[in-house]
Amino acid sequence: MVKNLKQKMVALAGDQAVAFAAKQSDVDVVAAYPITPQTIIVEQFSEYVANGEVETEFICTESEHSAMAASIAASATGARAFTASASAGLALMHEMLFVASGCRVPVVMAIANRALSAPLNIHGDHSDSMAQRDSGWIQMYAENSQEAYDSIIQAFKIAENSNVLLPVMVGLDGFTLSHTLENVETFSDETVKEYVGIRKIANVLTHEGKLAPFRLDPKNPMTMGPIALQNYYFEFKRQQEEAMSNALMVIQNVNKEYGELSGRKYGNGLIDEYYLKDAEIAVICIGSTAGTMKTIVDQLRKEGIKAGLLRIRTFRPFPSEYIRTALSNVKAIAVMDKSMSFGGNGGPTFHEIRNALYDSNPRPFIVNYIYGLGGRDTSPTQLRTIYSDLQQILTKQTIDQSIKYLGLRE
Amino acid sequence: MTTQEWKFTSKEIANKPDLFLPGHRACAGCVPATVLKLVMKATRGPTIVTEATGCMEVVSSIYPYTSWATPWLHTAFETAAANASGIEAALKIMKKKGRISQEHVDVIAIAGDGGTFDIGFQALSGAVERGHDFLFLLYDNEAYMNTGIQRSSGTPHGAATTTSPAGSSVPGKLEYKKPLADIMIAHNMEYVATASPYYWRDLITKVRKGLEVEGPAFLHVFAPCPRGWRSNPAKSIEYSKLAVETCVFPIWEAVNGNYKLSSPSKLLSLAPQKKKPVSDYLKGQGRFRHMFKPENKALLDEVQNITDKRWEQLLKKCNLS
Repeated sequence: MVKNLKQKMVALAGDQAVAFAAKQSDVDVVAAYPITPQTIIVEQFSEYVANGEVETEFICTESEHSAMAASIAASATGARAFTASASAGLALMHEMLFVASGCRVPVVMAIANRALSAPLNIHGDHSDSMAQRDSGWIQMYAENSQEAYDSIIQAFKIAENSNVLLPVMVGLDGFTLSHTLENVETFSDETVKEYVGIRKIANVLTHEGKLAPFRLDPKNPMTMGPIALQNYYFEFKRQQEEAMSNALMVIQNVNKEYGELSGRKYGNGLIDEYYLKDAEIAVICIGSTAGTMKTIVDQLRKEGIKAGLLRIRTFRPFPSEYIRTALSNVKAIAVMDKSMSFGGNGGPTFHEIRNALYDSNPRPFIVNYIYGLGGRDTSPTQLRTIYSDLQQILTKQTIDQSIKYLGLRE
Repeated sequence: MTTQEWKFTSKEIANKPDLFLPGHRACAGCVPATVLKLVMKATRGPTIVTEATGCMEVVSSIYPYTSWATPWLHTAFETAAANASGIEAALKIMKKKGRISQEHVDVIAIAGDGGTFDIGFQALSGAVERGHDFLFLLYDNEAYMNTGIQRSSGTPHGAATTTSPAGSSVPGKLEYKKPLADIMIAHNMEYVATASPYYWRDLITKVRKGLEVEGPAFLHVFAPCPRGWRSNPAKSIEYSKLAVETCVFPIWEAVNGNYKLSSPSKLLSLAPQKKKPVSDYLKGQGRFRHMFKPENKALLDEVQNITDKRWEQLLKKCNLS
């Protein structure tokens, strides 16, 4: 393949970028149900179908639960399956998410991240996908629409890799990205189709000791999604963990090869570092917030403050070792969470980071900021206070309050 | 559906290799297992089966063993029809793109009464509305047997289950069985039928008819469960006969909504004197034992009344009254 291929700049909202990427990835089956702020994805895809622009079976299911079941079944049959959801829809899929990862089907799903009820709220936060962090799905989060486009294409390469065979969800912040028009560099349909290729079905060993394609194939009957009891269930789960571990390398490789084609890389694919090399204080965040944070870091750097930013692109598998290395010189860290873990002493990202850095020597100061729930806007001024708090911690050499709520009416 | 009815000899059926293999862990006297064996005798070519969580899923797929000599998928309790949607859609597009060699692959979704009447109903209604080409096979043993005999909306009036026990103030299940096959006809399905495994030729024929429909078809099969019904395992098939003879479970088919009684039930419509009282069917089943106590006479009468009423309604639908 020719490197640094010709691309075309198109104005796309995040949802449109996702639908466009799915269209170009030669998806065989889309089974989906509408929910704000994901709806544009299925609407856009329906238009592709209606206009004959895709060779895809589009199933308008009667619920997200059935959308995920149909996606799993289509993928088990050998098709490339894609779906999209958010919030309550993703929550309704909860049961099936575990079935998807347990059945090792490489389904790709876009999540236009949105708050969970109650109270009902349609705006962006990470409550929905964070609640699914232990469902066995690879989780990636985009910073902007460009990355949403690129990540969907990459997701098929990652999910379908025979060393992975896990479903992938790609998060994009509801409204902030899903509904906001941005300039997106896009490949031609042919380029993406060639890059993603036709789904290759891995061969597995059957009970008869033969190699057979891992799909519902009448020529090679296979029992998929069986019951496995005390004597085998545990091994299935251990294998999923192995696949997660393999994904760490596959995601980096895909980021690299895609980077060579497009000229765009997202850190190492797992984490995106910004001025971390000599940083003394750093913020860790996920998603579109990183864009604003980068401009704040730029200002701070102009002022001579050694500030940095680490954006977590891949939340599952959680890249602990890479994060530890990236933060090895940082003395005080603020972790931002756009979701809660009620009663859990901080948000999910905070838990992961404290866990990852427990073995650091010396261990840095780590604090948590819960922000933006239900789409609450967080201004650059507010975000900047995080860095000044970190500076104070360094000066005082102590943490007054380890969990703070940013932009909250107390 | 093809106009010419499929004819088969008993020998052909006996000689046809099983797709539902022996060695599964079903209980003695389990009729659902017999039903599946018969159903799979009716296949006409490559067939993919997807099954809801339930007795038959559990007994047939205990890893690393399987009773399925055909591709088979289980995902969850409420998903048989949604799975079928995904499989059918995948087969359709993969064939169009030249990625599978088969000319046609049939899809059968199998679920018990819980996975059909109750938790799987939404997915079933949705898949049928969308018109996917598959046969939905309901094996109805009239309660959640896999979890230990809890009532479903397919459990008949008066039956004792572990969540509708026959107590001193409530005599078993008070509600009536949901008329599911009629509800499926209301979806404007081309083919809906009921069957009982005692009339096995009729059952096999109906499965084949359902498969031949280009679109969704629904088959409701009566399937006694000696564990759940507290009945003699040796009499399971007899109960599947008595249910038809008492009109508790008439067998019929509806092509494009036109109801037509199948022979055993048709004979009863022609010779009503041969219709047996429901007590012939109810007695011997532990789940109905309390109904034979003198103080529960009204309940027994009510079961006879509702059976007669539903039979009359069915005859009207068949233009026979």
